Amino acid sequence: MIKIKKSWEIPESEVTPEPLYRRRREFMRTTAAIGGALLLNPWTGAQASYPVDGYQPKAISLDEEITDEEDATGYNNFYEFGTDKEDPKQHSKRFRTDDWSIDVRGHCEKPGRYSLEDLLKPHSLEERIYRLRCVEAWSMVIPWIGIPLGSILKTMQPTSAAKYVAFRTLHDPVRMPGQQRSVLNWPYREGLTIAEAMHPLTLLSVGMYGKTIPNQNGAPIRLVVPWKYGFKSIKSIVSIEFTEEQPSTSWNMSQSSEYGFYSNVNPEVDHPRWSQKKERRIGEIFKRPTLMFNGYEEEVAALYDNLDLSVNF
Amino acid sequence: MLLSSTLKSAWAKPVAHLLCLVPLGLLLWAAFSDGLGANPVEKLSRETGQWTLRLLMLTLSLSPLRQWSGIATWLRFRRLIGLYTYFYCCCHFTIWLVADHSFDFGDMFEDIVKRPYITLGFSAFLLLLPLALTSNQAMLRRLGRNWKRLHQLVYAILVLAVLHFLWQIKADYLEATIYAIIGVILLMHRVGPLKRLSR
Repeated sequence: MIKIKKSWEIPESEVTPEPLYRRRREFMRTTAAIGGALLLNPWTGAQASYPVDGYQPKAISLDEEITDEEDATGYNNFYEFGTDKEDPKQHSKRFRTDDWSIDVRGHCEKPGRYSLEDLLKPHSLEERIYRLRCVEAWSMVIPWIGIPLGSILKTMQPTSAAKYVAFRTLHDPVRMPGQQRSVLNWPYREGLTIAEAMHPLTLLSVGMYGKTIPNQNGAPIRLVVPWKYGFKSIKSIVSIEFTEEQPSTSWNMSQSSEYGFYSNVNPEVDHPRWSQKKERRIGEIFKRPTLMFNGYEEEVAALYDNLDLSVNF
Repeated sequence: MLLSSTLKSAWAKPVAHLLCLVPLGLLLWAAFSDGLGANPVEKLSRETGQWTLRLLMLTLSLSPLRQWSGIATWLRFRRLIGLYTYFYCCCHFTIWLVADHSFDFGDMFEDIVKRPYITLGFSAFLLLLPLALTSNQAMLRRLGRNWKRLHQLVYAILVLAVLHFLWQIKADYLEATIYAIIGVILLMHRVGPLKRLSR
């Protein structure tokens, strides 16, 4: 068999050997458990979150400068905590994610309520450095830590009727004060085709910059679909449903002429009100050209072979 | 009256200049102390745009202020604030020209033609130019009755500017709506029922 090296793959020699990697994970888990026990005491108010120790670093790398951590965690859209891009960091400080669980429903053999632990524990974490392109024409490069969504979905055993996967964010206006205003139709909803969901690049992320994911970036668990506009990568997920019909998605419900179901990054298809040809990489002044599928054309273009992208935007 | 004499004092205009320069000062300070956040260009663009709109509205509120307060001296500041409006508008435009388009005129033209909010904003910018150029005493005398006619354009500019703001919103209309309401009140004062009311 000829193995074609993908642009995002790293040579095998760079990967830590399995036994060493296992031992390190074990060691780090123990240390983290002790550390976690210390941290979880009621005085510090620290919260339960999924530990990201022992992840495989740079499983997918990118030869572009990583965005400043401060910028990536201090400037983003997460309307659940306010509509300004500085709001999420400011208004999510007290958001607690203890005892988080995800409700799995629809066309699968193993529906039910999964705790974050149960869902993630069987899988090993890896770091992937991806471009992130916002529909507002700015972009970042972020080192995520997570698990390919496909490997998690497989454990739920979707049936042949599962054509799409629908996701929902937590709906709790007390914990997410941005939901007290109806700027969007809450809860936030997103969806993928089953092929997109199973694509090896699609990631469920629980960490970034080597740490547990901060509240403002979608704690405790969020989606990362690097070839789609950022709003497709739904945050703080509480529900996953396998559906036969295309699920409705929040921005599409809000303005269907501007935000389609697919929302693939595409410099050729403009937003009706602004151009998508260029983007401003955070940290830079001048704009740079936007790449087809955000630079992941080689990996994902085949998913859309029979689709007119200017109609199915 | 204290207010009236304060407005008339020799200090009033220098203070007005300083006040109009405060936003610029704060932005420059922020720019040089890394205080503009993750996306400084967007921040500068938004701030200069909003200050243009605020000063434009302030300019237009001086005449109603005169009528409601009975103090004619308010009008002393109209040209001054009007010109600062144009100044902030030029900053706003320059950011778009340089940082968003790197002087790519083809791109800019496409933007102006295809994007309604840019079309509106650009029109407002163009329309401000003749007002700024004819704002001095000499032009006022030379144009006579036409000066007033020409300067009625400011109400069209107000409408364009508010729409320019509204038309780029994604979902949260709150802030832009507040500006729109103030804009409508100012317009009503000029052409609507409030005009008679305040006489």
